[in-house]
Amino acid sequence: MPVVSMTVNGKAVSADVDPRTLLVHYLRENLRLTGTHVGCDTSQCGACVVMVNGASIKSCTALAVGLQGADVTTIEGLAKDGKLHPMQEAFRENHGLQCGFCTPGMIMSAVDIVNRNGSKIDEKTIREELEGNICRCTGYHNIVKAIAAGAEAMGG
Amino acid sequence: MTGTGIGAPVRRKEDFRFITGKGHYTDDINRPGQTHAVFVRSPHAHAAIRSIDASAALTSPGVLAVFTGDDLTADKVGGLICGWMIHSKDGTPMKAGGHPALAQGKVRYVGDHVAVVIAETHAQGREAAEKVKVDYEVLKPVVDMAEAIKPGAPVIHDVASDNTVYNWHLGDKAAADAAFAKAAHVTKLDIVNNRLVPNAMEPRAAVGDYDSGSDAFTLYTTSQNPHVARLVLSAFIGIAPEHKLRVIAPDVGGGFGSKIFIYAEETVCVWAAKKVGRPVKWTADRTEAFLADAHGRDHVTHAELAIDEKGKITGLRVHTKANLGAYLSTFASSVPTYLYAPLLSGQYDIPAIYAEVDGIYTTTAPVDAYRGAGRPEATFVVERLIEVAARETGVDPAQFRKKNFVRTFPHQTPVIMCYDAGDYDASLTKALEMADYKNVGKRKRESAKKGLLRGVGISAYIEACGIAPSAAVGSLGAGVGLWESAEVRVNPVGTVEILTGSHSHGQGHETTFAQLVSSRLGISIDNVSIVHGDTDKVQMGMGTYGSRSGAVGMSAISKALDKIETKAKKVAAYVLEASDKDIEFKDGKFSVKGTDKSIDFASVALQAYIAHKFSGQELEPGLKESAFWDPTNFTFPAGVHICELEIDPQTGVTRIDRWTAVDDFGEIINPMIVEGQVHGGIGQGIGQALHESAVYNESGQLVTASYMDYCMPRADDVPSYNVGMTQTRCPSNPLGIKGCGEAGAIAAPPAVINAITDALGHEDIAMPATPRAVWRAAQKSIGLKAAE
Amino acid sequence: MYPFTYHQPDSVRQAASVAGKAEDAKFLAGGMTLLPTMKQRLASPANLIDLSKIGDLAGIEVKGRSVVIGAMTRHFDVANSKELQAAIPALADLAGMIGDPAVRNRGTIGGSLANNDPAADYPAAALALGATIITNKRKIEAEDYFTGLFETALEEGEIITKVSFPIPAKAGYEKFRNPASRYAIVGVFVAKRGSDVRVAVTGAGASGVFRATKIEAALTAKFSSKSLEGVKMPAEGLNTDIHADAEYRAHLITVMAKRATDKAK
Repeated sequence: MPVVSMTVNGKAVSADVDPRTLLVHYLRENLRLTGTHVGCDTSQCGACVVMVNGASIKSCTALAVGLQGADVTTIEGLAKDGKLHPMQEAFRENHGLQCGFCTPGMIMSAVDIVNRNGSKIDEKTIREELEGNICRCTGYHNIVKAIAAGAEAMGG
Repeated sequence: MTGTGIGAPVRRKEDFRFITGKGHYTDDINRPGQTHAVFVRSPHAHAAIRSIDASAALTSPGVLAVFTGDDLTADKVGGLICGWMIHSKDGTPMKAGGHPALAQGKVRYVGDHVAVVIAETHAQGREAAEKVKVDYEVLKPVVDMAEAIKPGAPVIHDVASDNTVYNWHLGDKAAADAAFAKAAHVTKLDIVNNRLVPNAMEPRAAVGDYDSGSDAFTLYTTSQNPHVARLVLSAFIGIAPEHKLRVIAPDVGGGFGSKIFIYAEETVCVWAAKKVGRPVKWTADRTEAFLADAHGRDHVTHAELAIDEKGKITGLRVHTKANLGAYLSTFASSVPTYLYAPLLSGQYDIPAIYAEVDGIYTTTAPVDAYRGAGRPEATFVVERLIEVAARETGVDPAQFRKKNFVRTFPHQTPVIMCYDAGDYDASLTKALEMADYKNVGKRKRESAKKGLLRGVGISAYIEACGIAPSAAVGSLGAGVGLWESAEVRVNPVGTVEILTGSHSHGQGHETTFAQLVSSRLGISIDNVSIVHGDTDKVQMGMGTYGSRSGAVGMSAISKALDKIETKAKKVAAYVLEASDKDIEFKDGKFSVKGTDKSIDFASVALQAYIAHKFSGQELEPGLKESAFWDPTNFTFPAGVHICELEIDPQTGVTRIDRWTAVDDFGEIINPMIVEGQVHGGIGQGIGQALHESAVYNESGQLVTASYMDYCMPRADDVPSYNVGMTQTRCPSNPLGIKGCGEAGAIAAPPAVINAITDALGHEDIAMPATPRAVWRAAQKSIGLKAAE
Repeated sequence: MYPFTYHQPDSVRQAASVAGKAEDAKFLAGGMTLLPTMKQRLASPANLIDLSKIGDLAGIEVKGRSVVIGAMTRHFDVANSKELQAAIPALADLAGMIGDPAVRNRGTIGGSLANNDPAADYPAAALALGATIITNKRKIEAEDYFTGLFETALEEGEIITKVSFPIPAKAGYEKFRNPASRYAIVGVFVAKRGSDVRVAVTGAGASGVFRATKIEAALTAKFSSKSLEGVKMPAEGLNTDIHADAEYRAHLITVMAKRATDKAK
């Protein structure tokens, strides 16, 4: 089996993997980072979104072997030095989650949205940018609010 | 303590683990030596099984076992059950066909469970499952209800030769007919309530474990009610007696009804763990969820409303065909009957109501409770009829509603319910104000200038939550009681653990329940933990569904807290050397009336456990109490939602411009969480109205078996919601709570469709009002305009 | 997924050589279609040749009167390229409408064109702009490239390396999304170069992307959405599914063409 080495949440990791192993399964099963979730089979729900080399991707639609040398950040790696990321804080402060299942992917996508669009984002843009993340609990209202607030906080 | 007590928008205690990826869902659980279950599912909607040949699968790499229905029978594992007995109007009991966890000679829908492969890895299980050879004799599918009940239609269950589960009715037919005979105007509608797939984002999952040393099973599962699962798996399916079966529902990623039920997969996993001597895990992929989770809604209804010459409603007649799918799921029989017809009076004073419901088998996935369960279907019927009646009689729909509202309480409807408290006029008046209803005409003209059709739709809903008292639901056929239990354990340092039979899968119980305790005991919510979802920890419980956890679950906690207070006062009396009758408890302090002698709650807790100040013969040491709460009535949340939208007649795209919700949920524990529940419900209701539909083709294949074809609402499909409240206290529980979990999903669909039909100028549109459907309907509007 | 052997060549030559030797091989670009298809066990290549480590396959370059885009250029980079936004803004616009942000961060133009999903966006741009698909073996004109549903002129082992798009005077793209999958139910790309107007439609055709000659004729007369008033596309040859029937698709083609024309710059 091929050996794949990458950096996950700042730590170097290396493992023999079956080439079929998707990044999400590598994270969940090999590294026991179970914060990244699987909610569909068709790359649409976004519960599995992680950052690879600074950009959001759906970890259910990427082979672990293809990510040799990649720098991966999962929801577990977002808080730094015991301090929550501003987007995590914003989700809690704005009740942007209920069952919590879509939340890790939502937060990772939200960070990516701000990285690409800056800290002043209007509601319409946030809603459009969330096309790849499905939530069944919140009706999106508080997620949108949380992302706007998180964006402001990320901007300083 | 007011900052974290009742009524405060406290930020949720459970969120930290969810926002840091430390939630603990069933699929996150891995047991040592774990194997994986992969189900062989029927590719046919209806077929007899001639034989199953598992020999190739058994020699496939990594395979431990392949089991079929025969193995379950050999082990005396019973079939899945339906726990609510409905009798037809002729008095005969419903015709419940057998529902084996693995097929017994026949399959009845695509996705039906035929066999299970247990393998070392999921991938190996999947390889092997493809090698299980099933020889099917394909039978004719029965997808459409109208076809199912035609003479000569293929029979799905031998016990129901006409594919009819029951012909049930409620109300006074003669009185209703008399009202129609005298009516000045009759409004008639044919209504389809579309079939939905619940789609909690966490797919169902189970890990079965068996300990041969103690001959005991553990089932980790995605359940809204682990105790009910244990009860059914023990008493009916016969996996193990209750004291030898522990069911744990850890963090559960949404349920919306679909995780109430006891399904084949969970049953098989826990049973198979003993068979193979190793833990067995199964996690649904999304396609399996589409195929085999219980679906929701799916009614076809003809409804008529009688109105007198003064515009007062005098009668309502409803005939509904309810698609129950291929088998009766756990509570399926109750949804289109007792959870539906008793709500047909809506918020209105209707003297005569008669409802008939035919429950029908088809070769489709079982249909059971989905957010609202019967009440959205009833509300859709009532609010569409009311809206159309107002339009037909030339009365403003808001005024028509006001004229017919129930205004005095208690109000006994002709369909079981006795509404205890409400102020429907207050909600409507406030909603009209918030929605700027009086200027809709102006906004319509502005939209018209842009070539867009604007419409506004009102929905004044009522629902019945906290289904109880147990004796009453028992008399209606329920196989269980619908009380709730709670245990309050005060630790010697004064921290508190609440053990509850309610189960949180997004509702935020860890916060709201702690707020109640904080308010009552005057301690910080940080010193309160909520324990739920484990049958070894919580003695008994009925779980969370039907918006019952506030009204019923918290009432049980409140009752246990009463007992804690009584006991603690006795302890305090000994410590303060006073009579317990003179002890007052306020803001976390016990004090002797008229003196400055006092002791705080934590010190009383310590004194209760060290027991130095009193004799154990006079007062038991310790501070722990439990309670069961059985409500005296249903609760009746009600409110008004107003939807305003624009249609692009060129494409048929509907854009919701404004959403106003005014709800009366009685007392509110945490307004932030309540609003969140409203938002989520509206989102699902908009989904039903505009986007979602489970579609089977003629051969019984589910066409919408993934997110490629089943349209889940996205963030850009829904608006921001403007949520307001009115309040009348619920008199039937100590906290005055009515329940809020389902309101949005109940209120929203008719609000959307009333708005669309307002924009279109005709009533010919069904749910979901997809762009194609709206475009076609808009063509009709243009045609009608041209003809004018 | 079924098992496969994974290859990660570092040059096009090496990739072609692996493909030549390996049985039942498929190239993996961004994987946004192939991986889900493999997960659902609808595709089962014995050999998977990952092109992502081939360095010189990504990039956007304006060369004279054309824009040349490397096959492994991600949709995100196409959407955000300043050069492209200046030269063919409609093409950048189109790339920004594909899938969702996470998909745009992975999916590639070469992968999309090689797959030729009948509801994909790029085929409409390639056909309307008269693109040239450049492979490791030859150059293929867009007119000859799209041969049917998921079918192209590519031969076994042939790898797209670049796509060259002539810069039009004006172009615009508008699509009507499938409400569930968000793929195009109808996507219309209009392009005007000199007196030549080309209009390509994706998502609607039963045999994939096609040119809407009726609309081309109307826009050639005058390049304005007003020219399309009353232009009715025939429903024959269009798809019908649970989201849209052929008649609705035919209607939407005209509506989207109008909106694309209004947007064109």
